[in-house]
Amino acid sequence: MKKFLAVLHARNMEFLRDRSALVWNLAMPFMLVFGLAFTFSGDSKDLYKIGVVGGIEQLTQAAPKLPTTQHLQFISYDDLDTAINKVKHHQMDMLIDVSAAPKYWVNTSSPNGYLLERIIWGVGADKFERQVVEGAEIRYVDWFLPGILGMNMMFACLFGVGFVIVRYRKNGFLKRLKATPLGAFQFLFAQLISRLLLVVVITTIVYVGCDLFIDFNMQGSYWTLLLVTTLGAMSLISIGLLVAAHTASEELAGGMLNIVTWPMMLLSGAWFSLEGAQPWVQHIAEIFPLTHMISATRSIMNEGATLAQVMPDVWVLSLTSAVFLGIGAFVFKWE
Amino acid sequence: MHAIITATDLVKQYPGVRAVDGINLSIPQGICFGLLGPNGAGKTTTIEMLEGIHQPTSGAVHYKGEPLGVRYREEVGIQFQHTALQDFLTVRETLKFFERLYTETLPIDEVIELCSLTDILDRDTRKLSGGQRQRLLLALALINDPDLIFLDEPTTGLDPQARRNFWDLVKLVKSRNKTIVLTTHYMEEAYALCDEIAIMDKGRIVSQGTPEQLLKEHFGDVVLQIPGDDAGGKLMQMDIGAVPAGELFEIKTNRLHHTLQQLMDNGINLDRLRIRAWTLEDLFINVTGKEHKL
Repeated sequence: MKKFLAVLHARNMEFLRDRSALVWNLAMPFMLVFGLAFTFSGDSKDLYKIGVVGGIEQLTQAAPKLPTTQHLQFISYDDLDTAINKVKHHQMDMLIDVSAAPKYWVNTSSPNGYLLERIIWGVGADKFERQVVEGAEIRYVDWFLPGILGMNMMFACLFGVGFVIVRYRKNGFLKRLKATPLGAFQFLFAQLISRLLLVVVITTIVYVGCDLFIDFNMQGSYWTLLLVTTLGAMSLISIGLLVAAHTASEELAGGMLNIVTWPMMLLSGAWFSLEGAQPWVQHIAEIFPLTHMISATRSIMNEGATLAQVMPDVWVLSLTSAVFLGIGAFVFKWE
Repeated sequence: MHAIITATDLVKQYPGVRAVDGINLSIPQGICFGLLGPNGAGKTTTIEMLEGIHQPTSGAVHYKGEPLGVRYREEVGIQFQHTALQDFLTVRETLKFFERLYTETLPIDEVIELCSLTDILDRDTRKLSGGQRQRLLLALALINDPDLIFLDEPTTGLDPQARRNFWDLVKLVKSRNKTIVLTTHYMEEAYALCDEIAIMDKGRIVSQGTPEQLLKEHFGDVVLQIPGDDAGGKLMQMDIGAVPAGELFEIKTNRLHHTLQQLMDNGINLDRLRIRAWTLEDLFINVTGKEHKL
């Protein structure tokens, strides 16, 4: 424990005293959140999103012209409650259930819902039973905040840990530590905890700071949010440790980290929702810890999901943390 | 004296290169042992196998009769030739950091005093001079009160004054009955500090013993140096083995009295004659066949 604390303390000091890196780690996410909030403050969607429960084929039988109408996007759902919730929060403009007698749900406070209702009446869906839901809109900023913070955490975790360890290996510091009784797991675990503390603290500061100006939507428990964020960061740091476990080349480490970060950046749902994407794309996205972290934090913040509801994501994040850290410690090379 | 560390048939094979080719060493407790050799001789590979940093391809290293293990890590001190420290920490924080990595340590104040670090305790380690940095690295190697200390080219790059100060420090450490294994490029350093030396070449030990023993073994004679402008012509005509060496003529002889008499009989002016003793530098060139380059 003494050795672990020694490494933890030394690494924390190194980070906190590196003023330029510290300021950058704080400023970058602030700039991203404010920049994107400003850029996407208007609603420029040109498609109407319609959820379908019961399958598109059934919908075609019920209202043949509807699926061929332009500028409508149909997204299949298996779970009716989840889909209704999306209409409630304006994440979807309408929901149609054709699994039994056709019904549709529309949010009375949604302008898109109002217009869409008139469109479907004109293409043969006027006989569908009307259901009404009510709920405030989730702004785009509320939707993308978990993605932006998640992305920032991903870079801080992967590159922050990966490059530091490669630098230590390259300049001989790890070789010096190898000559002491310090074990590889103690060293790696201290690196993980050090980075975890810093990332969670910085993310909390950014969240609170942005919240003062933007007033984010927060429906769920802060403790559940903290748990998911912490596990997500652990999983991402473990990937960074695994990538850096063997190499002494910053170029190689950079390339490997890019291979990991780019797919996560595009497919984890940070920038855009994968609803409606090809199923195989959604399956690939499920591999990434970032997908689970962003999905769970969005559910907690925007839909008030409980710990039990995000438990599948919690398990995935816990498991990936343990597996990546274990493999990283096993293949770790001091030199 | 008991051996504190032994190496038996140590071999290190890299693809296409046998860096170390069957080294046997037995280093007694309490001495300063010097490992010398030209670049590429295999001395760093050998010392890193002794340190437990690299595993030998074959052969074994034993510390106090046991294979290298956790106890070895606790009881050995190492100053690497090239090493970095954690950035943004002061000298004091760096010492405390390493202190906490060991079960038993010397009082930190004792190490600070021993290595003369008092004046630079609050200085960022990145801002130390070469000599200060080497003193800190030695302090880190001593923090666990090791019985065995490895110093890998500790004075490379230091100015002559800092180098001599470091020698005094090593002598002080040695006086505490510590065993020191030293590699160095400086022959005068080896001569000043080492009780026993081994010279390596092409992965093997080519000569081993105390510096005096080795010099005696390899050089039974002395060298007479006479300025060439005084007697060059005459010396070359004499059957005395004189060879030009720059502006001098050198004569190697193991019959000093007889050679001097011959020179006087031939009217050679001996006013500027010098008798040069052989050094480790000469020994190094003699046994490795290479001129030593810094």
